[in-house]
Amino acid sequence: MESLSKIYTSAPASALPRGAAYGMPRAPWKRKKQAMRVVALDGVSLEVRSGEVFGLLGPNGAGKTTTVGILTTRVRPSAGEAWIGTYNVWKERVRVKRLIGVVPQRPNLDFSLTAREILTFHGAYFQVPPPERTRRAGELLERFKLTDRADELLLGFSGGMMQRLSIARAMMHDPEVLFLDEPSAGLDPQTRLLLWDMVREYNARGKTILLTTHNMEEADALCHRLAIVDHGRIIALGTPHELKQSIPGGHLIQLQLEGMTPEFQHELESLEGVTEVRSTDGRVQIYSGRSGSLVLEVVHLAAKFQVGIRDVHIAEPSLENLFLHHTGRSLRE
Amino acid sequence: MNLRTFLAMLKRDAHVARRNFVTLLVQTLLQPMFFVFIFGRVMTTSGLMAMSYKMLLLPGIIAISMMMAGIMAVAMPLVAEFQFTREIEDRLLAPMEIEWLAMEKVTAGMIQALAAGFVVLPTAWLVMGRVSLSTDHLLLFVVIALLVASLAASIGLTLGCSVGQTQIGLMFSLVLAPMIFFGCAYYPWKTLDPFPILQRVVLLNPVVYASEGLRGALVPKYPHLPVSAALAALVLFNALFILLGLRQFRRKAVS
Repeated sequence: MESLSKIYTSAPASALPRGAAYGMPRAPWKRKKQAMRVVALDGVSLEVRSGEVFGLLGPNGAGKTTTVGILTTRVRPSAGEAWIGTYNVWKERVRVKRLIGVVPQRPNLDFSLTAREILTFHGAYFQVPPPERTRRAGELLERFKLTDRADELLLGFSGGMMQRLSIARAMMHDPEVLFLDEPSAGLDPQTRLLLWDMVREYNARGKTILLTTHNMEEADALCHRLAIVDHGRIIALGTPHELKQSIPGGHLIQLQLEGMTPEFQHELESLEGVTEVRSTDGRVQIYSGRSGSLVLEVVHLAAKFQVGIRDVHIAEPSLENLFLHHTGRSLRE
Repeated sequence: MNLRTFLAMLKRDAHVARRNFVTLLVQTLLQPMFFVFIFGRVMTTSGLMAMSYKMLLLPGIIAISMMMAGIMAVAMPLVAEFQFTREIEDRLLAPMEIEWLAMEKVTAGMIQALAAGFVVLPTAWLVMGRVSLSTDHLLLFVVIALLVASLAASIGLTLGCSVGQTQIGLMFSLVLAPMIFFGCAYYPWKTLDPFPILQRVVLLNPVVYASEGLRGALVPKYPHLPVSAALAALVLFNALFILLGLRQFRRKAVS
């Protein structure tokens, strides 16, 4: 994709409150019409290679879902172009739709059908011949451990079961590119591991996978390459290993201090192995090549400068630290 | 256009309709039957209304039943599928232009509207006590029934893609109720002569042409709008609501 931008002038459908809401609607004629401009994506360019598992990592509202929306024909880009293979996504939507499978962030399964019918009808929409779609549906239900509930309507299904069924459905027509938007959100650890196995297995068949996540562990475990996005921009791109190497020092010590002074910060910076010290309102982040022995020295130094330490947190090199480094915010904030 | 995908989706809707057959039947049949029984049977037999009222009522009841069945069949699932369950997303991602998905919904609604007419006509005829209907204009009846069915479905498409899930109640009282009561279903358009302004205003209501058109085909001896005018208006409203519905559908489907 190249310089993708998306500016919403009205609330996107995905941002509207979901679920049954009762009561009188607010009188729209009493509200002044306000021009709305939300920049969801701000000139994003990146290339996902065929056969790789690519991750978009970022906090909620970073533009991940919008990116997936554009790539899956559901969102029209305000500027820029996207391609799947050699097809321009917006101009050749039908051809693109044949190549992709999508697992949405929120389950959108057909509540009027049974689990098995959801799969077979999906196959029918994609013109999978009848005997083939029955066979594939049976196989996928088995692999996703849904066989015993296959002929029930979805009413009693748990979140995890629905998510598994969503993924099975996306695989029904054997797409070349599989999009997974926050696939493990709300899944129990066991199901998450099953999901990871399925993703790896699918990828092993030469398929390309693009997933979004705000889970560092997941990105680290699954993705060949990652783009870290925030506020509609890519702030870092590379393999998980490369990205982790790019943090100065690698290790991170976070301190909560009382009575912080500039001299103290200066002393911290001159400690052996320290590459960067950042300080805001008594919160200090020390990036360094070592952690354990450094803490001891920091504590000594604090005693010398009569600075109170209220909290110490040591973090190993991780994508979480990387995100913190680039944005100054934790992923969960 | 991708015929096999289109047909698969139609098959899905038929499958769901079959599963909800009894509910659908009750929903379509019960209310018009009460109406027909009270006004077409009780009131006429008791002498409170002229026997000829039966003849005027029957085509109107068919028009209303078809319109409501078609509108409901398209609008209600669309409101739910776009906003609540989002299950339409799977079909939006099927290898077919999304406009054809909208047309598939219209086709499904049209079939349900025709089925409603097919069920209500003989039942109402029996409940009322076998009024004599004209069979001279059978072809005209079929054409008008088809136009009414597709009109109902395209109005359903427009409403289903325009109404929020919190506004469904409002849709009934603000849109559907006036359409029914000012739709010349329970009285011929001619009886509005003493209300000249109202008589002109109701011409904006597409249901008027459904009722009057069916009157022209089934009970041509009784007063009704010229058949050619009813046909022209039905075609025009069909075009209008298809275009409007497709526009609203596109807005809902793509952000």
